[in-house]
Parts: sequence; C-alpha cells; structure tokens
Amino acid sequence: MPRPVPEIPNASMADIAFLLLTFFLVTTNVANDKGLSIQLPPPPEALPQDLEIKIQERNLFKIQINSFDNILVEGDPYSGTMTELTSRIKKFVMNYKSDPESSDTPKDAIVSFKTDRGTSHKKFVGVLDACQAAYNEIYSERAGVTVKRWLELSSDLGDPDNRKLYDIGRGRLPEGGVEIPMNISIAEPTKVGGK
Amino acid sequence: MAKFKKKAAVKQDIPTSSMPDVVFMLLFFFMVTTQLRETSINVKQQLPQATQLKKLARKSLVAYLYIGEPKKTDEWGKEPKIQVNDVFIEPKDVIQWVNQEKAKLNEFERDQMTVSMKVDSDAKRGIIADVETELRKANARLILYSSLARKAEN
Repeated sequence: MPRPVPEIPNASMADIAFLLLTFFLVTTNVANDKGLSIQLPPPPEALPQDLEIKIQERNLFKIQINSFDNILVEGDPYSGTMTELTSRIKKFVMNYKSDPESSDTPKDAIVSFKTDRGTSHKKFVGVLDACQAAYNEIYSERAGVTVKRWLELSSDLGDPDNRKLYDIGRGRLPEGGVEIPMNISIAEPTKVGGK
Repeated sequence: MAKFKKKAAVKQDIPTSSMPDVVFMLLFFFMVTTQLRETSINVKQQLPQATQLKKLARKSLVAYLYIGEPKKTDEWGKEPKIQVNDVFIEPKDVIQWVNQEKAKLNEFERDQMTVSMKVDSDAKRGIIADVETELRKANARLILYSSLARKAEN
C-alpha cells in the first residue's frame, strides 16, 4: 500500500521570506565610515619647552573663523565660495617664489587654520575640506589621476600600485620626506566667543 | 464599441512562481550586508558634508566617538555631549576610554588606531577641541571627522 508523500505547503514561503526581508531591510544600516582624516600633533608636553620656530609671514596662509562663522582669509573678510578658497590655496602652495608675497616652496608653505570655540563644526569641516581639496587636487594632477581616484588610492596604500602613484603625487624624496607635504595646521581655538 | 473589447484576450498574468526565489536572493543580500548596531546613539547626528572623503581601510582599528546635542533634552540639557559606547562621558574621561579601546587591539596595531569622530553639524569647536587635546595626551592622534558626501560645488 503506497504511503502518502508528506508535503510542505510552499504557498506561504514567499510571505515568510518577505517578512524576514522586511526585518533586515529595516535593521540594516549601510556602513558610513567616510570622512576627513587628519593627524593631530603630539601633546604639548612631548615637545621641547624652548622650541621656537620662525616662519616667514609669506609662507603662511592664514584662515580664521570667529564664533559667528565669519571667515577671515589672510586678514581680510572672506565671503566667496569654498571652491574659490581652494584655488587660492592651490596658487599659494604652488607659488615657487613667482610672487614675493607668497610661499617660497610647497615644503615651506603652511596653511594655518584657526577657529574659535564658538565656531560650528559644519563650518570647520567645510573649510578643512577646502584646504584638503587644494592639496588633493595638486597631488592628483601630478599623479595623473582624477581627484576621486586619488582619494581612493590614498585610502588603500597596501596595494603597491597605489603606493607608487601616491609617492609620485606627493613627490617623495629619496632622502625621506616629501616634496609637497600637506601642511595644514589647526590651531587651538580661541576663547573670544562661545563657551 | 465592440472593437475595444478585443484586447482582453491577451494574457496579463505576471508569473509568480519565481517570486520566492527573487525574494530569497534579496533576503540573503541584506542578511550578509547587515550589521546590527551594538550601541544606540543618544545624541543628535546630523553629520556635516564634505567632498574630500577618505575611507577607513580596517574597521577593526576604529573607535567611535559621538558628539552632539542629547536626544533627551529634558533629561540631559541642550549642551552637546560626548558619547562613547552607551554612556555620556566628560572630556577628562577620554584618555581612559582610549586606553580601553587600545587594550582590545593587538599590541603592534595600537598606534594605528583611528578615532572616528561623529560630530553633529551644530556642535561647537570648543567641546571638540577639548576632546582633541585629550586624544593628543592619550596618543591616539589619527582622527577621522566623519562626514557625508557632497556633490562638488559648481
């Protein structure tokens, strides 16, 4: 006598799968780990106490932001776009003594960035982004890649090809150091406004 | 009028027999990509926008620090606070937290640890600078200001 073949009802399978799918759709969060990377200087205690560095005024590109998010570039109020600021920094870094008022070499050039304790993080990131954009544009032009590609390859230096392009872009010197270091100095904020 | 009735003869059913397969495929995709969040964030997180974004190469070397206005303003006030793991901390506790995070890593990787700062757009530089001073003391000097992508200005 033939036994009845047991069957699982599969009409509801799609419903179950949909339920699970909805659960994972809701709980999933696409990892967003992107941002502006910087390296902080060593703690003040680690530096020699009598350290005095003399920097020529022409080698400094000063950006200041007050607690009302107003920008001062090289001492003058600035109301232009961030793209214009980027091209000004680029011009300043790649001056090579052509303008006596501007930087001597990219190695000497320093972008000094000072904020107030009341400056908003949004403005800070916006201006820091403009500074890094200037350097990244210089690097990517030298390496002959797009800025987007440059950012990708500098995030993954384990790859020897990336490393090679990275060294070309920054102009790595045989005796150590680089030709165009990203000299962005973020000073400790002032306490004029805000808390 | 009779002319219009003719198109009813075309079969219009969508084949549904492959639907479970399609749904399962989507399900597996989301199951693989999903990662359940370990901490619930208790501060406002409207991240700023930037263009020069870099990715973090290794997730295991990242420690997260959140700064922003607390979501429960009646309990914690409106001043931006620092959150790590599941608790609010003061700037002076940052060193201790960094040491805890470093202890989780292998010894040779400790100096490569990156602190991902997820800071709300409206937070002020003052509190961030306080945290940065402590991070410098704790020798965790690689920082990532977490930001969202923005289309380049035209």
